[in-house]
This record gives sequence, C-alpha cells and structure tokens, in this order.
Amino acid sequence: MPEPAPTTQTSRETLSFFVAGLFFLVVLPALNLLPAEDAWFHVSDFRLNQFGKFLAFAILALGLDLIWGYCGVLSLGQGVFFGFGAYCMGMYLALQIGSESVYGSELPDFMVWTQVQELPLFWYPFKSFWGGLIGAILVPVLFALVFGFLSFRSRIKGVYFAILTQALAFAAWLVFNRNETRLGGTNGLTDFKQLLGFRLSDPGTQRGLYLITVLALGAAYLLCRYIVASRAGKVLIAIRDSESRVTFSGYTPWTYKLFVFIVAAGLAGLAGMLYVPQVGIITPAQIGVLPSLEVVIWVAVGGRGTLIGAIIGAVAVNYGRSVLTNYFPEAWPFILGGLFVVVVTLFPDGLVGLLRRLTTRTPPTAPGLPAEGRPAA
Amino acid sequence: MVRRGAGILNTWLVLLGLVLLPGGLEGLSAWAADEPGAPSEPGSAPTAASPGLDPIEQALVDLQSEEAAIRAQAAEVLIAQGDASLIPRLDELREVGSRVVRIAIKPVVDLLKHRANLTSASPDTRRSAAADLGMGGRAEAIPYLKAAAAKEEVWWVKYTMEESQHFLELTAEDPAVQLDAVKQLGELRSANSVPALNALIEAGTAAEATDQHKALATAATEAVDYIESWGWWANAMETLFRGISLSSILLIMALGLAIVFGLMGVINMAHGELMMIGAYATFVTQQAFQAWVAPEAFDWYFPVALPVAFLSAAAFGWLLEATVIRFLYGRLLETLLATWGVSLILMQAARVYFGDLTAVIAPEALRGGAQVMVGVYLPYNRIFIIVLSIVCVLGIYFLLFRSNLGIRVRAVTQNRNMSACLGIPTRKVDAYTFAFASGLAGIAGWALTMVGNVDPGLGQNYIVDSFMVVVTGGVGKLAGTIWAALGIGGLNKLIEPFSGAVYGKVFILVGVILFLQWRPQGLFAAKGRSADA
Repeated sequence: MPEPAPTTQTSRETLSFFVAGLFFLVVLPALNLLPAEDAWFHVSDFRLNQFGKFLAFAILALGLDLIWGYCGVLSLGQGVFFGFGAYCMGMYLALQIGSESVYGSELPDFMVWTQVQELPLFWYPFKSFWGGLIGAILVPVLFALVFGFLSFRSRIKGVYFAILTQALAFAAWLVFNRNETRLGGTNGLTDFKQLLGFRLSDPGTQRGLYLITVLALGAAYLLCRYIVASRAGKVLIAIRDSESRVTFSGYTPWTYKLFVFIVAAGLAGLAGMLYVPQVGIITPAQIGVLPSLEVVIWVAVGGRGTLIGAIIGAVAVNYGRSVLTNYFPEAWPFILGGLFVVVVTLFPDGLVGLLRRLTTRTPPTAPGLPAEGRPAA
Repeated sequence: MVRRGAGILNTWLVLLGLVLLPGGLEGLSAWAADEPGAPSEPGSAPTAASPGLDPIEQALVDLQSEEAAIRAQAAEVLIAQGDASLIPRLDELREVGSRVVRIAIKPVVDLLKHRANLTSASPDTRRSAAADLGMGGRAEAIPYLKAAAAKEEVWWVKYTMEESQHFLELTAEDPAVQLDAVKQLGELRSANSVPALNALIEAGTAAEATDQHKALATAATEAVDYIESWGWWANAMETLFRGISLSSILLIMALGLAIVFGLMGVINMAHGELMMIGAYATFVTQQAFQAWVAPEAFDWYFPVALPVAFLSAAAFGWLLEATVIRFLYGRLLETLLATWGVSLILMQAARVYFGDLTAVIAPEALRGGAQVMVGVYLPYNRIFIIVLSIVCVLGIYFLLFRSNLGIRVRAVTQNRNMSACLGIPTRKVDAYTFAFASGLAGIAGWALTMVGNVDPGLGQNYIVDSFMVVVTGGVGKLAGTIWAALGIGGLNKLIEPFSGAVYGKVFILVGVILFLQWRPQGLFAAKGRSADA
C-alpha cells in the first residue's frame, strides 16, 4: 500500500486526536456547566448525555474499523458483542435496583412477572460491580475467541465470514428475545436506579459517565493506534491487501485475524458497558442484524482504515439520525439505505478520505480498499 | 354471498310467517304467557290450540313444552321422522324460544342438518358432517352413518363415516358392539378416539370393573398401541414433508443467489426484497382482477401474476445492476453493503406505499389439501411450492447446461478474462444473468404469497437461511445448492419439534460452522486455480 507522506498523516491524526479530546473532554462539559440555561451555546444535559451515547458507539466503531478497515474482515455481528457487554452491565444494574422495583421484590421486575422464584445461577456474578465490569469485557472476548477460532482456523473468509457473523447476529437476536433465557425477553433490562450508590437520574452522575466514556474512547483509540503501528499492524494490513502472499511469506494469517477479532469484540463489550447506564435500557433490538450493520455504515461514512474516521462516522451518523428522525421519522430508513449505496459506490474512503482529497495534492488513494478489490477492468 | 343467503332466509321467514300466521300468533302469545311470573299449565296452551295435527307438527309444538320429558319425546319424534326441510322452522322456534327450548332444539337441528349433509354433493361437506355427527355423541346417528358409508365412494370420507360410527358405538349398551367398535377403531388408526379409548382402559383398571370392562380395556390397550405407533409414522411423514417444503422455498431463493454469486461474485442482500417485489406484483395483479375482471375469472389472476412477478423483479434487478452493482464488480464486501442499502430502501418504500397488512387470496385449486394416508394431510399450496422448485431447478439446468447463454455464463464464471478474450460479451452476460436471477426471486415471491401474508419483511424471513444454503453448498454449484437447501430446510423442521424454532436456528448456525470446519469451501468446492478467486 503506497503511504502518502506517512509523517504528515500521522501528525495530522495526532493533531485531530488532541483537538477532539479537548472538545469532548473540556469544551462540551464546560458549555454544559457554565453558561445560563437559555444561552444559545448552552449544551443541555440531554445533549451531553446523547453525546455520551454517541461516543460509546464510537468505541464500537473503532473495533469494527480495526478488523474491517485494517484487516479486511467484515464482521456483521459486532452488535452481538456490544449486546453481551451491555447485558452484563445491565444485569448488574438490574440487581442494584433491589427493592426499589415496581413489585418491591429483590428480583428484577421481569422475573416477577415471568414467575421466576430464584435468581438464576448465571446472574450471581453480576451482584457485584466488578462482576459486571469484568463480565462485560470477558464474555464478548471469550465468545469471540471460540467463534473466531472455529471460523478463521478453517479459513472461512471474506463474504463467508460476513454471512456467518450475520447469521450469528440473527440467532443471538432470536435467543435474547426469548423469555426462558432469563434476560428479560423482548423488553430487555431497564428501569435502572443507581450505580455504585450514584443515582442514575442525577445529571451529575450522567456527567461523570460522559467523562468516563470520553476517557475510555481516548484509551481505546490509543490502544488501536498502538496495534496498528506495531509490527502486527503491518501484518494486518498485509492480510487485507493480499492474504495469500502473507501466507506464502511464512505468517499464519488466522492467528492475527483471531487476535484482532478478539480486540474488536472486547471494544464492543466496553462500548455496550458504557452505553447501558447512560441510555438506561438494553433490549434485543440493539443486538440484531440491522444494528450490527449500522456500525458498518458509521465506519464507512467516516472512512475506514483511519481510526479517526470511525469516530467521526459514528458521531456524525448518529447525530444526523437524532436530528432527522425528529423531523422525518419515516425517512430515516431511506436515508440510511441511501448512505450505504452512495458511500460504497462514490466515496469508498468516507469523510476522512474526502477531506484528505480536498486538502492534499497527493493522488487520491483508498486505504480501505483491498488491492485485488479494484474494479476489474 | 353472505348477503344473498340472508336475503333468501328472510323470504323464507316471511313465507313461513304467512302460512303459520294464526298458529304462530297463538304460539307467540302462549310464549309470552310463559314468561316468569305468569306460569301456565305446561304444554297445555299449544296442545289445546292445535288439535289433530300430524306427528311432526305435534312434535314441533311439544318441543316448546315446559316439561323436559315431553320435549325429549318430541325431539325423538322429529329426529326419527323429520328431515332437513324442518330446519328453517326449527331455527325460527329457536329464535323465539326460551333457554331450555333452545337447548332442546339444538341437537335436533344439528342431527337433521348433518344427516342431510351426509348426502351432499361435495365430499368435504359430507366428511365434515360425518365428523360432526361423531363428535355430537348422539346414538341416533349410527344408522345414518352406516347407510352413508355403504354408499360412499371417496375413501377418506368413507373413513370418517366409519370412524364416527364406531366412535358412537363405544357408548353402546351391548358389550359385544362396544368390543367390536374398539377393535374397528384400532384398525382405522383413529387418533381422534384415543381419549375415549384411554377412558375405557382406565375403567378396566378401576376396582369395581367387571370382566366385560376388563376385556374392553385389553382390546382398547391394543388399539391405542396400534394407533400411537401409526401416529408416530404419520408425524414423521408430515415432518419430512414440511422439511421438504421449507427446503423448496430456500432452494428457489438460494438458486438465484448462488448463480449471481458464482458468476459475478456479487452478494445480493436485496435478493429477499426482489422476492418481495414479486409478491407485491402478485398482490397488485390480484387487486387489478378484483377491480376489472368478472368474478368467475378471478382465479386466473394467479397464473397471470407469474409473468408479472418475474418481469417486474427482473426489470428491477436489471436496473439495480445497471445503476449500482456494475460499479462494484470484484468488490464482494462492497456489493454486500450497497445491496443491503437498496434492500432497506425497498422495504421502507413498500411499508410506506402498501402498509403492513396485505394478503393474497389463494385460487380455488390451491386451497385445502390431500389426505394421502390416515393422519397425513398435505396442503396443496405446499405441494405446489415443491413442484415449482423442481420445475425451477430443471429450468435452470437446461438454461445453464443446454443453451448458448448457459455456456457463456459458465465460461465467464470459470474465467472472466479468458472468456472476454474469446469474444464473449461478459458485461452483457452479467446483466442478463443478474436480471434472470432477480426474476427467479420474483417467482419465489409469487409462490410465497400462497403460504403467508405479503408484508415488507417477507424477504428478511428467509434471507439468512438462504445465505446459509449458499455458504454450505459451495459457490456456483447447482448440486451443492440443492443438497444444502434440502439439508438445512430438513434439519430446521426436524429440530423444531424438539427445541422450538429459535433454538433450531441456533443449532443450524452451529452446525454450519462445524460443517465448514470439515469442508471450508462448502459441499462442492471449486478446485484448482479458480479456488482462491
């Protein structure tokens, strides 16, 4: 892959990282706290909370960008890992409700109305905060380990892998919808009250969660950058561009893929974990085929193969969605579908690619495109 | 239809009212006098008002008596001597009668109606009449059933008549008749009578059971064993049939997907929505027939919808190829995403334009089903889909392996550049093939209107499974697709009874992943140089 002036690109990414960090970590909370309620530049608690959600999504997008943008493996099942993380945290939060629930029982409400007498065994670890925290990362990681091991070892790749992960998302959605899995069925887990003693309805708690999300996103970004810049990162890009050649050079591509798949799953779990306390509900609707695909469109819009692109895409698409669904609720599927088509056919490099094309004189390259993926003459 | 029927009924009622005016009026006043608070001598008023009537008229009057014994006797007279022509009058009595009278009239009406229906021209009516008589539990029906069964020619109707007859005989007074009925029911493999037989078995084990009871219980045990082992087989056959039927749907869908994937390396996520277009084309054709064509010819909408569905889906596929997919050749994952976007747009468009609930009325010929064996019932619409999938496979086989276009398609599939060098217009081949595969999806949608509603999510129900078929079958191999469709469809229906549909899907996913461990390129993998394309 021809590197267009790697030094300027890296420095530019570093710069944008610091600018974004300053904006999200200092400017937005300051605009929330300091100005008067009615000032035009005041950021309401609702908006701040919304951005917290978008930034959690950005962590999810980072994971997908790592595996799809850098390694060329399209996973259509990221929503499942996100869901695992979210449900683990959600189970902890549901148990924290305690006797504040509608039925006044120690059990979560949905268990009361589905006649569950005792807490199911697999709920026990989530009685403690650390159980929820570790579970939210560990469960998706272990699941990705098994699924990825079976898939990559037998050299399932490309479209086959995409279809299998899509089937995984479909199956997971079906299973989480069932009542007998003791995870709340279609209604999911909701009505959370407190986290480590902090009331979730308190704006201060939400502000804290927002800041934690920003920091987590920063850490995730640095981790991804470290991976991408390492030797393993070079191998990942090489696998994306020509897997056969990597194999012939003596590497075993599937171990690299497995590694990056696991990292992506862990990031998705982290995103889910941060999402739940901020949004206050997790249902199977966040897990299915469509939510998993939406992650792909965030990354594609932002620009795959650039880490900053994933973040930009996740925030931009979700912000656009929240604005547009307000005014034209029926039009969103059209816009989303149109985005898929237009971005894929006309702007394969996404927003970041577009910016780069506008600001540099180097010939446009498509870092996200596999070499053999150029349109065959 | 309903309206006309109601009209006829009204005329009947008016005529009857004219004929019976004096008696009717008196009956009414008598009925009014029967109201609580004004007790009259039971039965006296009607009887006194109509002396010297023939037995049936007398019974009709007696049926309204206050006394249960008189009512029962009247009912017996009516059942023995009356016929279906009494039904309108009985219905009329029922409308004005008190609760006990209505209860007395109901079995009479039912029996008379069903007895008349036993000689109806339609086998379905005869059969349901026989079944209702059996369920009715009135021993009077036994002779009618016997007589009807002797004359019956359709075996399935005759079977039901005999089953009902023996079922009624189970409660006979004579132990010999009972014993014979138990044996006959066993021979008939009658699943309906299992609860009654089990009751007999229980009666045989009771403390005060006589020898007769015990003999009956032994016979009933044998009969139930026989019936249940047959039931297992019948169930297995039906499961197999359902599996094949699901496989056929998956096959028709997967064929189009597999051809496009094999030839152009395009993953068409909008395939399900092309199917949806076919289904809506069928729906629109039906609406057009309803609006402009005579009702007698209404059923013809279905054959007419076939080309409409094929052509509209093919046209859309052609458009899709020309505007989106042609820019993405060789970029597999991108085609997947772009076509997914198209599918989102199409689904939402259908939802906005057609709304959520639209159904197609099946033509007369595809309603109902065939009773091929005792306990094995095959709906015609499912049989139709199975036949259709066979026709599609044959059609594709001839098109691919016996036609000029087929040779070109296969050549381009094997080696695009070489084919282009040899003068094959690969771009044209692509366009035609894509349009053809889309048309195939349209046909699948056309057929699916027979087994479910037409709704925007139609394609989504099957798309994941049919992709699994393509993955399992291997790329561009007709035989692989067929076997994979049979395997996945069959397994789905096989697992379903044990674990429910949801875990069935999970098992299938796990199964496919494990299968790919063993055969990573699918059942029939491409070998040699083109394997890593």
